[in-house]
Amino acid sequence: MTAQQQAVQAGAPVLEMRNISKTFGNIRALANVSLTVHAGEVHALMGENGAGKSTLMKVLSGAYKADPGGEVLIDGVPVVTGDPIKAKEHGIAVIYQELSLAPNLTVGQNMFLGTEPSRFGIIDRSATRKRADPILKRLGLHFDTDQIVATLSLGERQMVEIARAMTTNARIIVMDEPTTSLTTRETDRLFEVIAGLKSQGIAIIYISHRMEEIYQLADRVSVLRDSGYVGTLDRADLSASKLVSMMVGRDLSSFYKKEHRAPAGQPKAVLSVRGIGDDRRVHDCSFDAHAGEVLGIAGLVGSGRTELARLIFGADPKTTGSVVLDGRELTIGGPRDAMDAGIAYLTEDRKGLGLFLDMSISENINVAVIGKDAGSLGILDFASARKRADRAVSALSIRTGSTSINVGALSGGNQQKALIARLLETRPKVIILDEPTRGVDVGAKSEIYRIIDELAREGIAIVLISSDLPEIIGVADRALVMREGRIVGEVTSSPGAPIAQEAIMTMSTGAVGEARQEERAGP
Amino acid sequence: MTTINSENKATDKMKLRSTVTALGMLPVLVILALGFHFLSGRFLSVNNLSIVMQQASINTVLAAGMTFVILTGGIDLSVGSILAASAMVGVIVSLYPDIGMLGVPAAIGVGLLCGLANGVIIAFLKLPPFIVTLGSLTAMRGIARLLGGDTTVFNPDLPFDFIGNGSLFGIPWLAIIALVTIVISWFILKRTVLGTWIYAVGGNIEAARLTGIKVPLVLLFVYAMSGLLSGLGGAMSAARLYAANGLQLGQAYELDAIAAVILGGTSFVGGVGSIWGTLIGALIIAVLSNGLILVGVSDIWQYIIKGLVIIVAVGLDRYRLKGLSRT
Repeated sequence: MTAQQQAVQAGAPVLEMRNISKTFGNIRALANVSLTVHAGEVHALMGENGAGKSTLMKVLSGAYKADPGGEVLIDGVPVVTGDPIKAKEHGIAVIYQELSLAPNLTVGQNMFLGTEPSRFGIIDRSATRKRADPILKRLGLHFDTDQIVATLSLGERQMVEIARAMTTNARIIVMDEPTTSLTTRETDRLFEVIAGLKSQGIAIIYISHRMEEIYQLADRVSVLRDSGYVGTLDRADLSASKLVSMMVGRDLSSFYKKEHRAPAGQPKAVLSVRGIGDDRRVHDCSFDAHAGEVLGIAGLVGSGRTELARLIFGADPKTTGSVVLDGRELTIGGPRDAMDAGIAYLTEDRKGLGLFLDMSISENINVAVIGKDAGSLGILDFASARKRADRAVSALSIRTGSTSINVGALSGGNQQKALIARLLETRPKVIILDEPTRGVDVGAKSEIYRIIDELAREGIAIVLISSDLPEIIGVADRALVMREGRIVGEVTSSPGAPIAQEAIMTMSTGAVGEARQEERAGP
Repeated sequence: MTTINSENKATDKMKLRSTVTALGMLPVLVILALGFHFLSGRFLSVNNLSIVMQQASINTVLAAGMTFVILTGGIDLSVGSILAASAMVGVIVSLYPDIGMLGVPAAIGVGLLCGLANGVIIAFLKLPPFIVTLGSLTAMRGIARLLGGDTTVFNPDLPFDFIGNGSLFGIPWLAIIALVTIVISWFILKRTVLGTWIYAVGGNIEAARLTGIKVPLVLLFVYAMSGLLSGLGGAMSAARLYAANGLQLGQAYELDAIAAVILGGTSFVGGVGSIWGTLIGALIIAVLSNGLILVGVSDIWQYIIKGLVIIVAVGLDRYRLKGLSRT
């Protein structure tokens, strides 16, 4: 019996990280963090963005070397940090938040990227298949090993990512917000897979901002804050308020903010969308958005919500229908026309479609209006740009020392606020927010809800697209539900009776044959 | 307050980084100049420096145009051919008595037209810039040869020859034109709305579109600008030589222009870079050519050394920036 096996039998934790610190120059990214993970447990790691979760996981995966004094023990045996290949050999696999697949290659090729089954340097296709197929089957995935990754949905790609981790016989799998882009069905499947992995004695370190998932999955939860370790809770001791106050270090009395009043009676429609569609992903969608109201759009990932928003905003050409703003039908040839008319759109893909990461915060905030500020010669008006940026930074409490640093240096939540600031500078009458709190930490989330609430009080019509149901229920006055490119129903709230979560779920999944407005039963 | 502290430090780091980026290749330029002076003993003479400036000037003008294009994430391979065609037109027009001075605007106009043609195809037909300008590289070369009946056209009494050979207060006109081009380019890039849009398009073209920036107009502008500056380069080159040859003039100039831009630290994928870096890049190339001749290195070895210096310099630059950006 080897020392390792003895350790396992003695019930030693499969992973122990002791006093891990990591400094970069003068910046301390981790300070004396310890983490113990047992075989066959799901250990959730929580904390705001920038709390040090990713750094800790990078020490584990070998991307970073821990500062002297810190130790990583696998099965009770100390191992060298800072060596990704060694880490892999020790059975550590990480599923990254940012997908790291090669979209031009097949599923099988991606799963064995770097470890291709080969003979004399020639790739053994049938071996790839033989090894990949059972893994895909175990994950309950219906696509083929030969399918090109680019043809898969974001959710399916995440599954390939997990399948790849399983090719290396991992014993500790780190999942960094794995459900961000998954549909409910795919999430359920993922949870089944996680349960399966658990029963095989694999330890899962699960990073997520979503409380429901933590409740559903976690055996224990460890919380990090400001680069330090705060504490660990057992499943029995879990409560939302406890977790949130551990993460934030203060009490968040009301997480969702809803002080604006939904317009009563027969409110004035600011935006009327009539029969809009593109004959592909969106069909015959009609709705009204009223001044001072938050209109939620719920639905599964891929139900056409983003595509609908892009049609309204003119980002993609529509083939049918019309957009009416303040009673006037708009001719929208592109985003510029929509913006000039008073429609703003916050993209769901902050980094890919929103920000200019190499440009300053100020430039990012001003870029949509610099043309208006400048004279006819098009010479930049630096004074008004600075004024706008300073005002936005304080109004939206964007945390930064200076508006002249690159926006890429901000945390996710502050980046999102900078992007919202850009939209607000165009003085829109309607704002379409597409997943405004995706990848944003708890503190920034509640600030974004506050911003939404204030905008509604100012009389702006807000369309809130979100996959986070509690968010729709907590913030929206009314919600549309989309399924397969169509609006299949509407749910309203009234004082004392919030939007019913079950109604949205039923309609978005099509669980009851024909969509209808659910009767809401009081609690 | 640890968070604020670390944010301040991050800000300091950003500042340091931008200073280092702005300095860029200046140390390399200085070291090369000192090195050649040490080896040849006459590099840093007033006379020689004036020659270096003249040699650098045409490439600087082309590279300025190239900077606009590369900042949007594009490329313009046709600058050398456009320069040749513009120079041909410039000399031919200059042969007409009385209106000879019109050779300069004619050359610039031809360049602008070619640039607009590139721009329209790239911006509105959405073809890849590499392919489009590769096509015009070949086509414009043919037109340049056609213009003079495939011979060299001379004008010993070129009315605008002062551009190529005169000087103002001891500074060659060519160098003055190059410097003015750089200053105007800097103004457009850093002080105008258009400049911000150019950086935005290069940084994230989809985000630029969703922000309401008219991306096709920005692209049209940068290729038109590159064409116009190639035309200016054509006029400068004609003025210097009193002649133009459609076959030989401007061969491989696009490569020197691209090299200057890249040496200057402009990102090849767009969105990051500065026109001052381009100036330094163009000067490095000119110093290398001039210095290697002074030191007596053969023509063949000059090519090899120039190529290696470009790769090593850019490699060092990347390495240095990477070290700084690590967080």
